[in-house]
Amino acid sequence: MENLLNIFVRSIFIDNMIFAYFLGMCSYLAVSKKYKTAAGLGAAVIFVLAITVPLNWLAYNKLLKEGALTWLSPEFANVDLEVLKFIVFIAIVAAFVQLIEMVIEKFSPSLYNSLGIFLPLIAVNCSILGAALFLPTRGYDLAEATTFGLGSGIGWFLAVVSLAAIREKMAYSDVPKPLRGLGITFIIVGLMAFGFMSFQGFKLPF
Amino acid sequence: MSDNIEKKVSEPLLSKKRKQLVSNPMDTDNPITIQVLGICSALAVTIALEGTVIMALAVFFVLVLANVLISAMRNTIPNRIRIIVQLVVVASLVAVVDQVLRAYAYEQSKALSVFVGLIITNCIVMGRLEAFAMGNKPWDSFLDGVGNAVGYGWIIIAIAFVRELFGAGKLFGQQVLPDSYIGNGFFATPAAACIILGLIIWILRAKSGYVED
Repeated sequence: MENLLNIFVRSIFIDNMIFAYFLGMCSYLAVSKKYKTAAGLGAAVIFVLAITVPLNWLAYNKLLKEGALTWLSPEFANVDLEVLKFIVFIAIVAAFVQLIEMVIEKFSPSLYNSLGIFLPLIAVNCSILGAALFLPTRGYDLAEATTFGLGSGIGWFLAVVSLAAIREKMAYSDVPKPLRGLGITFIIVGLMAFGFMSFQGFKLPF
Repeated sequence: MSDNIEKKVSEPLLSKKRKQLVSNPMDTDNPITIQVLGICSALAVTIALEGTVIMALAVFFVLVLANVLISAMRNTIPNRIRIIVQLVVVASLVAVVDQVLRAYAYEQSKALSVFVGLIITNCIVMGRLEAFAMGNKPWDSFLDGVGNAVGYGWIIIAIAFVRELFGAGKLFGQQVLPDSYIGNGFFATPAAACIILGLIIWILRAKSGYVED
């Protein structure tokens, strides 16, 4: 339990998807102009990460890893399908996003209207695939992987909402013309990343 | 293949329009500074020049080949499942790159870690496939791929140059600044990459006069 809490806090603050790994930057920059759209995409990212990371964990540990197929038959102990991991991971993410989009559209039109337009964007959000690709190197179990997915999503949400809030305020500032838009946003993100680096000094008590 | 097809049409192989396909993305239509694509890797892999050059080459290979392949298949791909088709093509190419790196440059492949795999979701690749390769001939798509990959490559190499030079006093792992230079830890942090990229964008846009609202 303490371990799970540890992973949860780490993935939100210390190993933040945006500020420590710069994953999902394209959509991060694209949707952070308005607070409302940022919150919408952020919520969708939490949702998709919390579900696809455990799914990809299952695919990796029960299908792709060397010897993972032994649950089918002991003869498969030497089968190593790791070379297929990119295709399997991205297919799971893309298929899941498509599925979720259809389910939400059918059962909750109001949620679809607020999240729906962002869902296709998420299939190519690096943070989703990135989280899946971290799995083989980290050796989590299923509960830890789920916590990691959820925490990373919340960290992404936090980052995108705070940048959007700053950018809304920036509308009133007199920024040099060529620096407007993308340029100044990068500098803000850099400064925010510095802020988040201070979390690295924290020793978690457990 | 593509050359044979092109000879039948009247447009010369390197007409003015085609030269622009290559030259525009390097400058006025740069994928990173103007189109805002492929930022994740631009920030994350640029700590040292060697890894950055490998990353630029990997993206070049994937982008050019994916552009040509998708363009060749563009009339047979059903519109509704095109994203999945594109992802599968790109993912297969990335798997090839990953295996080659593991075989011949294992250390660098470890250092780049997940970022080789993330070429799949690199927005430049998907963006060019969607915006260009789905509607143009293979040879044009090839040129477009070359232009965008080089446009991406020179920006990340520029960032890595600044970061490695001031962060460690080295270039390609060789000491270039005097030994008395103490590495500036600021440039080694990912946050510095953001700020350097912001400044590069400032310089380029000041030169081109491009202003965003």
